[in-house]
Amino acid sequence: MKERTVMPTAHVYKRDHINTDEIIPARYLNTDDPNELARHCLEDLDGSFVKKVRPGDIIVAGEDFGCGSSREHAVWAIRAANVGAVVAQSFARIFYRNCINCGFYPIELPKALELIEDGDQVSIDFRLGQIQNLTKGTVVGFDPLPSFALEIIRDGGLLEHIKKGLSRQTNRRC
Amino acid sequence: MPMTITEKILARASGNSQVRPGQLIQAEVDMVMGHDVTLPPAIAMLERHGLDRVFDRDRIVITPDHFQPAKDIASAALHKRLDQWARRHRITYYYPLGRAGVCHALLPEQGHIRPGEVIVGADSHTCTYGAFAAFSTGIGSTELAAVIATGRLWFKVPASMRIELTGRLPDGVFSKDVILEVIRRIGTDGARYMAMEFVGPAIGQMSMEARMTITNMAIEAGAKSGIIPFDDVTRQYLQGRLKGRQDYMVFESDPDAAYASSLNVDCSMLEPMVAFPHLPSNGRPISTCAGLGMDQAYIGSCTNGRIEDLRIAARILKGHQVAIRTLVVPATPTIWRRAVDEGLMDVFYDAGCVIAAPTCGACLGGFMGVLAAGERCISTTNRNFVGRMGHPNSEVYLASPATAAASAIEGRLADPRRYL
Repeated sequence: MKERTVMPTAHVYKRDHINTDEIIPARYLNTDDPNELARHCLEDLDGSFVKKVRPGDIIVAGEDFGCGSSREHAVWAIRAANVGAVVAQSFARIFYRNCINCGFYPIELPKALELIEDGDQVSIDFRLGQIQNLTKGTVVGFDPLPSFALEIIRDGGLLEHIKKGLSRQTNRRC
Repeated sequence: MPMTITEKILARASGNSQVRPGQLIQAEVDMVMGHDVTLPPAIAMLERHGLDRVFDRDRIVITPDHFQPAKDIASAALHKRLDQWARRHRITYYYPLGRAGVCHALLPEQGHIRPGEVIVGADSHTCTYGAFAAFSTGIGSTELAAVIATGRLWFKVPASMRIELTGRLPDGVFSKDVILEVIRRIGTDGARYMAMEFVGPAIGQMSMEARMTITNMAIEAGAKSGIIPFDDVTRQYLQGRLKGRQDYMVFESDPDAAYASSLNVDCSMLEPMVAFPHLPSNGRPISTCAGLGMDQAYIGSCTNGRIEDLRIAARILKGHQVAIRTLVVPATPTIWRRAVDEGLMDVFYDAGCVIAAPTCGACLGGFMGVLAAGERCISTTNRNFVGRMGHPNSEVYLASPATAAASAIEGRLADPRRYL
């Protein structure tokens, strides 16, 4: 029998202003090793998160996700915990930029907490800008990022993007 | 088209005659700052991508501050990576231990902040430098790496919010109380993505140090930056202080510039404020909350660890004994030295406070004053999030140095006006 494919599960936090201290407490900032950071992902918000999260799962939250410190460690911790995406009603500015610059797509969905419940199975199509809620049988669209940010994400992050730009310049000069 | 001061600075830095809110630009960065938590990963990225170079060694300021002096082996390793990189690239303005200080107190004090410039720092409270009529904002480590290598960064031009501060501050009320009131009114995302422009007669009466407390906390309202117009107070502070380039550019908002929103605060009506856990927007006037028991008081940080803050705390503490653990952390070595010269250290010692070396330390629950479960701390810092200063079940109450000092004496939230 063919093994059943497990679709990503939504971990929903019905909270606004989930801050970077909750995502990765400063007591762990003495390292920048993503795997070490991942072991403490969301620790002060939900101590059981790292035990229950499976590769590709998504985090869903309310307004102003990622407010507070500029620590990119918050994005690294979430990614290294194998989280597939963060869907929030809105994001704090630095966290949002950090996601894009790391090549990690932040999904802004104004009614996220109404549309997705904890434990729902979801499938995200980044190209179409759609989230399919398999549990509820619904499909919602989200506004795609501006093309400039999409280019950075497509290149794999800001530094990769810069390197591509530099090599394009060099090629032109040659 | 009329522009705000922020739009003018970003237009200049991006080589445009005009910019408008929402526009994506590439801007030249005039100064960039990194510290012991955010710089080492940026260095690793630069090396990994074969971009191990610096765009201009005179435009980079480096200081360890979060966990310095090294709190453990892991942070010592971060400092080592930072130190080796700064020396290898001969970074002109590298402040190693002994000269290192809390970055946002150190950079202005050492003359690295110029009006009209674009300054970025890999720390969210980089918005502090807007007190000098500069555009200044916090970035992550990847962006820090990008700026170090290229001297440029992408920005979305922010809309501006105009905050007019009128009236004279009553005795015992300080700029910290003003910014806590602003954040109480608009919320922690009330200025999300925006530039907060603070104007008005109450700003004119404030020293540069008091102004820095205000712009420091713009991020706590979700803002991209905070900015205060240039005036004689700014000019005098900069006189004879700037390192390197002596010139700077003064921009001001056009009278008919467009603002996304505006707010008026009559400072004469304010009283000392305390922001309750777990958001900086949970401000309450002291008259409604005095008496709540505390376990620790903390006076320091990039918000309130400058010499004027220590003077205010010493004025309250003089002749009293503290009833709870009280930590005083001068934000830079220069502030430490002045506190010694002015006899403030004697006051703190006599009152029973402990005086620590310059560090961010306890503000972010790093070390040197971490809280146990269930403990409460009255703190002059900028954030009171869950677990910010220690155990997730500890609590942080934000206030001015005066309110923190008065509360240290009584061991509970206390009105500083009784001690003036």
